[in-house]
Amino acid sequence: MEQFLQVLLSGLATGSIYALAAIGFTLVWQAAQTVNFAQGEFVMVPAFFVLVAMNMGMPFWLAMIIAMLVSVFLLGYLFKRAIVEPMQRQGHGNSLSLIIVTMALAILLKESVKEFYGAEAQPYPALMSSETWNIGGAIISVTDVLHLVISLGVVLLLTLFLDRTRTGRAMQATAQNPGVAEILGVDTNRMILYTFLINAALASLASFLITPVYLAKFSNGEYLGLIAFIAAIVGGFNQIRGALAGGLLIGVLDNMVATYLTAEYRAAIPLLLLIVVILFKPEGLLGTSEGRSV
Amino acid sequence: MNRRTIIGLAASAMMLGTSCIPSFAEDPIKIGAVVELSGGGAVAGTNYRDGAMLAAKEINASGGVLGRQLEVTQYDTATDPQTSRALVQKAIDEGAYAIWGTVYSSSTIVNMMVAQQAGVPQITGSEAPNITAQGNPYIFRSSYGAQKGVPALTAYFKDTLGAKKVAVAWVNNEFGKGGHDVFIEEMKKAGIEVAADIPSEAGAADFASDVARIKDSGADAVFVYLHEEESARFLREAHKQAIPQPLVGEVTLTGQKVIELAGEAANGAVAHVGLTADAPLETFQNFGKAFEAEYGRTADHNAIKGYVSAYMLKYGTEKAGEVDREKFINTMHGLCLTAEEAPGLLLDTCWDDAGEMSRASFIMEVKDGKQVVTGTVPAN
Repeated sequence: MEQFLQVLLSGLATGSIYALAAIGFTLVWQAAQTVNFAQGEFVMVPAFFVLVAMNMGMPFWLAMIIAMLVSVFLLGYLFKRAIVEPMQRQGHGNSLSLIIVTMALAILLKESVKEFYGAEAQPYPALMSSETWNIGGAIISVTDVLHLVISLGVVLLLTLFLDRTRTGRAMQATAQNPGVAEILGVDTNRMILYTFLINAALASLASFLITPVYLAKFSNGEYLGLIAFIAAIVGGFNQIRGALAGGLLIGVLDNMVATYLTAEYRAAIPLLLLIVVILFKPEGLLGTSEGRSV
Repeated sequence: MNRRTIIGLAASAMMLGTSCIPSFAEDPIKIGAVVELSGGGAVAGTNYRDGAMLAAKEINASGGVLGRQLEVTQYDTATDPQTSRALVQKAIDEGAYAIWGTVYSSSTIVNMMVAQQAGVPQITGSEAPNITAQGNPYIFRSSYGAQKGVPALTAYFKDTLGAKKVAVAWVNNEFGKGGHDVFIEEMKKAGIEVAADIPSEAGAADFASDVARIKDSGADAVFVYLHEEESARFLREAHKQAIPQPLVGEVTLTGQKVIELAGEAANGAVAHVGLTADAPLETFQNFGKAFEAEYGRTADHNAIKGYVSAYMLKYGTEKAGEVDREKFINTMHGLCLTAEEAPGLLLDTCWDDAGEMSRASFIMEVKDGKQVVTGTVPAN
């Protein structure tokens, strides 16, 4: 029982990080109808901004604030203005071209970090103390709990923001039908920009949470991006709460399988889950069906 | 014969004589350093490369090898075995006299055949037992294989720790499988039960379930056989879950990079290490200081492998008497060199006919974030 609880809590903590990255996929999908395959790298890069700021002598908390601002500007504003908008203006916005561009962006970010900071993993300070709690024989760290609380909090706040505020409803209207939203006076361009900025801020948050566990390394985004993508599909690509469910499910399932079934094939589990969901519930566990004209 | 004819003949003879001197006498000796500079093996490969480059710099500064400078070209395998194979071929096509690397066994086992077919000596930092069991006369180790290293731990588990049951956490690739198989065999011989046998993938980040299983396995001690970054993550998770069993590894577990990444979680980890800059010997300490002065960081065992690789090439070639690949490999097989005559090797070292290395080794423990030598194991 202790082991089960330990694995469950650890799985939830890991899954909550996947969820934060997966939310980014759903946000960008809703705003730009594209899949951002650089999402994993968006989570990897802010940690290096923190390390650079700390190397410049800033305290950890200030370095995180600076890193988040820089990330929001570079990975949110600049990504939208310099990459997404020009592609959309040229009529490639909803096509495969934009997806391929995000793949190229992922390589660019990864290789740039490698060139600038080296290929070796770097130690990264933990957000919280290494204090642990004993819950029914299972040991869980303050950091694990923080991961879970932040992920749940983000989903709650984001849902409230989208449902209860004028800006949030305008963003939803833009996501559902930009043409009609524009006729109704919504500044759709601004709403889409907000979505990209929120995505960059969430990616930074995920970066600050996961890097103490993963260690700061240029290649972190590869695995994280893949798992978050799968989590978003499993949960429902068009639902924020779906991304949360998908992330948590994969985190728990991965740990449970490695403990009770097979450690050797644990990497295959998310992929198997993806196949099953696509076969039997293609809209995702909490997603809704969307019709599109072709 | 008038004076003009004599001068003309003399000049012609001089020109002829000059042209008869082999044109490559002053040419540099080309070396292909095929290493993991990116991907999962970047820590190991970068350290190996830096150690080798430091040695090459020293060798060139002291007159080179048989009067010729070393010209080292670096090739990044991205920790991909197939890429490493292509790059070994590229290095050979570009005229490499010898290959240094790779460090990851899963790459070496693939690319060593290319060097063998071309008749090019290869000095590797890999430790999987099967590398020197293929009958390849061109492969040489710069550290001994797991089949020599892991058995040195048997006495530690049995006598020092008094273990009746052990758990094994290992990385599921060529390197990990080699060490794992040797360890399981050794435990069987020693009458120690393996209570948990847990593989993980290279690059794994989440060790929560592995540690939870080990904790509940009833093992008295744990053998950890992972790469550097995974070792650090494992140690952090073990520290978090307050695992009571002693953690013992072979080489990587107490590496400097692991200590840096794992922080206080590395304290108490024990490993059998063939190469460490903290060895209580002047040669190792001098190397450690030179490496730190050059790169501003502490050398780990992979850096020492790289350093030793370069000096193996120098001493082997000089013993052979000329820059000749066949003479080099014939000289290296069965060669024994003392640290006095070959200080670049840091310790008295021998190679057998398979290219396997023999030398003394150390038991290390991490105390207060530092590697401390707690015992010496004689050469086997």
